[in-house]
Amino acid sequence: MIVAEQKPLEEIQRMIAPYEKVLILGCGTCMTVCGAGGEREVSFLHSALRLAQARTGSNTHQFSEYTVKRQCDPEFMALIADRAREVDAILSLGCGIGVQVAAEHFPDTPVLPGVNTSFMGTITELGVWDERCAACGDCRLAETAGICPITRCTKGILNGPCAGTKNGKCEANKDIDCAWILIYERLERLGQLEKMRRYYPPRNFRTIPRPRRLVNLVKADMEEGNG
Amino acid sequence: MAKSLFEEKLNSGKFIVTAEVGPQKGVDCSEMIHHIKLLKDKVDALNVTDHQSSVMRFPSLGGCLLVKELGGEPILQVTCRDRNRLALEADLLLAYSRGICNVLCLTGDSVDVGDHKEAKPVFDLDSVQLLRMIRTLESGKDMGGNDLKGAPQFCIGASVHPAADRIEPQLVKFEKKVAAGAQFFQTQGIYELDSLRRFMQYASQFDVKILAGIIVMASARMAQYMNENVPGVIVPQSVIDELASAEKGKGLQKGIEIAVRTIKAIKEQNLCHGVHIMAVGRESVVPEIIEAAGL
Repeated sequence: MIVAEQKPLEEIQRMIAPYEKVLILGCGTCMTVCGAGGEREVSFLHSALRLAQARTGSNTHQFSEYTVKRQCDPEFMALIADRAREVDAILSLGCGIGVQVAAEHFPDTPVLPGVNTSFMGTITELGVWDERCAACGDCRLAETAGICPITRCTKGILNGPCAGTKNGKCEANKDIDCAWILIYERLERLGQLEKMRRYYPPRNFRTIPRPRRLVNLVKADMEEGNG
Repeated sequence: MAKSLFEEKLNSGKFIVTAEVGPQKGVDCSEMIHHIKLLKDKVDALNVTDHQSSVMRFPSLGGCLLVKELGGEPILQVTCRDRNRLALEADLLLAYSRGICNVLCLTGDSVDVGDHKEAKPVFDLDSVQLLRMIRTLESGKDMGGNDLKGAPQFCIGASVHPAADRIEPQLVKFEKKVAAGAQFFQTQGIYELDSLRRFMQYASQFDVKILAGIIVMASARMAQYMNENVPGVIVPQSVIDELASAEKGKGLQKGIEIAVRTIKAIKEQNLCHGVHIMAVGRESVVPEIIEAAGL
């Protein structure tokens, strides 16, 4: 899933300063699970902004709140068209995708990001999220025992550990496991160390140039009546 | 024909001695020039570091040009941290065109340990891929498969960490470096001979030259600091204790003593093919070490 964290209140206040009516828009999927921008966080942020405003004695903003099931899906944006028309800006607590889908859908309304989208990852212990996928477009997990060196090695190198690993940890951050030590141990356990002995050529960054697009050919064929 | 003077020395069977100079941060090269003059005739080749510990400095290529101008034999250290494959290839073409024909291929320290922590880490290639890229250039092609107008020829090396706390994964990578064409290895710091001996029992099956890395310590505090902060450095507690036993102000003397003792033992026991002395900012003591070790 996509993991994010809410921006500091002061930054949000600066962003919304020019706008009177602001819709705080949550997302019911990843942002809800990682606690950055679900219904609960929308409500908390709404209260925090109102409280901050009351403290200064000003009455600049009028806030409203709503949470859609998925901001990254244009279908759900249609559902909030009326609410969007009534406001001067949308403060999206969706990930970077959600913010942009909203912006594309409401061309006349400024859409502001209320979270910093961090990475794609998983929860590893209560309240701790760790990155697991870099969306490199060229998955090699079959060769690395299901542990991604592109994501989990700070250098993203493909042919084994650098010399900086110490006590199984990374030279860049002593709290982070060295991905290549994990890969080695798991390949050994699986009896597949020969996979590590292979040479892996440089990555093909042609899979990366942004923005990337994926056409689902099966679906496209069906629409053309060829499926 | 040998690709460089250094390659000729490597193949001569003599005990090889290399050392390194670290360029300064800034354009005043006088200290580096002083160190190059001091060392160039006492060693078989002189490495110039490439933004060591990810600290921005005068470039390795610039330092190697100075070594060359001053009549020394340079080893260009190249890391993959700061340049993508185009920039790496281009730098190598320039190096060769100016007579810099020895290259030490390194992945490079993480950006996070240096002084530009917000920089974009490149790592388009790793050390193994860099070694292969050089062999590709030598074949007259670039990495895009295009023909070169004039191909370079390099004597190439890499690093290895015989004292790593998890040695097996390091050995897997070492073998990949050998297969990629590495001719010589300059090891990470060696402080006790058991790990080097074990490593050499294994490494002697390969046709490569191993130069044991000797880091000159100036105090117990420096050793501890490097243990905690410098990637790849593992100084055993016994060495730290020995440094700590030195009289006040005599730490560097003790460090020199340890370096000399280690080098002598390596040479006398014929453990490997040579030594690579890293004085980390105290290059002026290297001639004393070389002399005292009888090199």
